[in-house]
Amino acid sequence: MAYPANYRYTREHEWIELSGSIGAIGITDYAQKSLGDIVYVDSPKVGDTVTAGATFGSVESVKAVSDLYSPVTGTVTAVNDELKTAPDKINEKPHEAWIIKVEIADPAQVNALLDAAAYEAFIAEES
Amino acid sequence: MASSEVLIPSNKKVRPHPTQNEALLFEKSSPGKRAYKLPPLDVPAVNAAALLGAAHRKTPGELPELSEIEIIRHFTRLSTWNYAIDLGMYPLGSCTMKYNPRVNELVARIEGLAEAHPYRPDSLAQGILEVIDLLQRCLIEITGMDAITLQPAAGAHGEFTGILLVRAWHESQGNPRKKILIPDSAHGTNPASAAICGYTVETLKSNAEGGIDLDALTRQVDEETAALMLTNPSTIGVFESQIAKIAEILHAKGALLYMDGANMNALVGKARPGDFGVDVMHLNLHKTFSTPHGGGGPGSGPVACKAFLEPFLPTPVLVQNENGAKGWNYDRPQSIGRVRAFYGNVGMFIRALAYILANGPDGLRQTTEDAVLNANYIRAKLEDFYDLPYRTPSMHEVVFSDKRQAVKGVKTGDIAKRLIDYGFHPYTVSFPMIVHGALMIEPTESESLEELDLFIDAMQAIAREVDETPELVKTAPHSTRVSRLDEVQAARKPILRWRPTK
Repeated sequence: MAYPANYRYTREHEWIELSGSIGAIGITDYAQKSLGDIVYVDSPKVGDTVTAGATFGSVESVKAVSDLYSPVTGTVTAVNDELKTAPDKINEKPHEAWIIKVEIADPAQVNALLDAAAYEAFIAEES
Repeated sequence: MASSEVLIPSNKKVRPHPTQNEALLFEKSSPGKRAYKLPPLDVPAVNAAALLGAAHRKTPGELPELSEIEIIRHFTRLSTWNYAIDLGMYPLGSCTMKYNPRVNELVARIEGLAEAHPYRPDSLAQGILEVIDLLQRCLIEITGMDAITLQPAAGAHGEFTGILLVRAWHESQGNPRKKILIPDSAHGTNPASAAICGYTVETLKSNAEGGIDLDALTRQVDEETAALMLTNPSTIGVFESQIAKIAEILHAKGALLYMDGANMNALVGKARPGDFGVDVMHLNLHKTFSTPHGGGGPGSGPVACKAFLEPFLPTPVLVQNENGAKGWNYDRPQSIGRVRAFYGNVGMFIRALAYILANGPDGLRQTTEDAVLNANYIRAKLEDFYDLPYRTPSMHEVVFSDKRQAVKGVKTGDIAKRLIDYGFHPYTVSFPMIVHGALMIEPTESESLEELDLFIDAMQAIAREVDETPELVKTAPHSTRVSRLDEVQAARKPILRWRPTK
């Protein structure tokens, strides 16, 4: 699966799509493949703050529970409630199934993240 | 070919024996059947409806109706579907599924111990108090710590208790601190325990040998670090050779070293956590000290600590009065409070003490050596067949990866399921997380050379099957009543209750 060129990525396998000062955050195709079938998503509430590099929730597959790391610091503006009943959306369309949207405190943080090419090189090395 | 000796999936239609799929008691029920016959009433009859008033049920509950032999057969058949250490090797890594010696059970059933009531006055409970005291002294000697509580009911409960001690001590120093460091190879319970005690968890990345990266540790430890939770030997079965240095780095910043004692069975009689800088740790009596595990429990997770943490131990603590009699002291102003009703799972204390005394110091040392020898024997016999991601010397368990088999599309879970066809309980799958596709094997000291060889033959045969007939492994198990369960559906849409279909 292609990694969208307009997204930015973390080494912990999250993606962020920026529109204005709002960033939508999800996990990458590589992450969902390594996790296998996702059965539960634990996400923060609207209004919670998230910190770059710190955990903001977790995804649970039949294999394991994995932490979600926030690519940026900011305030949660929306949570994808659809994932509560249909966590498999992440397996089906990992790059569309956003988990939370965040009002980013410092948009410059996004520039420090990996672009698609750098992320693909990183996962090639990791696998 | 080895596989044909075990089982090949067959398309032949064979009518399964009734026990191949046991119906539920509700499904087997037919009206009017009874498994009992009561004697005639020889006391005045009572009008239940009048007595119970509104609470009296108008329609009887729909309970299954069966004969005695049907009930007996139902449960006996189900019991044969089970797998246990008493049936064969149970190499579930990290869980230490060792044999539970029968002498433990014998001792635990001695009337005076088995019937001891927790409300019995101390003066009439000196025997059981002596058992508890002696076990405490043995565990303190084995761990090299200063004090202990036997209250926690299991390992994770021990972690929770231990971290509460850490927090109480930091609070007594004026600052509870904010974070706890946990290596990425840790048991999943560690971060959960830290979080429930109000700490934020910071992950510590392992180094190339799977151990603690001292530079990273030095960078991450600060004045807000309450403790490091470390498993030693680690979850990849490797002894943390820098342990004394790790303790030094923590202590220099006022942080404590918590040891997850899940793997203590690799150290007993050989090395003492108290001697290598550990401040507080838990033990799993149901792992290291041979008390029953899993469904046969309950577990027991004593917490041992250094003297400076002693004032915070849960109440009550066992004391010896001036007259020499033992009793419980509840007057502990700095205590974190109770973590368990009464004194903990006392039946397990009796069993663990029986194990310690039956082995004696030399026997316990021998046990540790045998556990390590067995794991290394398996490692040597299987490393030509399975990828060994960390080549550091193994202690009581060995962790392979499915890298070679993954090329054929076969994963660790498939190999584990195929192992069932060979009559073994699977090893631990996909843990620790730092090894991709982990096969975590812990034979324990309980296994003879003959049983180890059977296991090794099975694992080697499966490796050959992966090369020759990978589908056979990918679709395993073939010898069980049901094959692959739909784990995903079970997790996403669990059915937790049987309902009649009428």
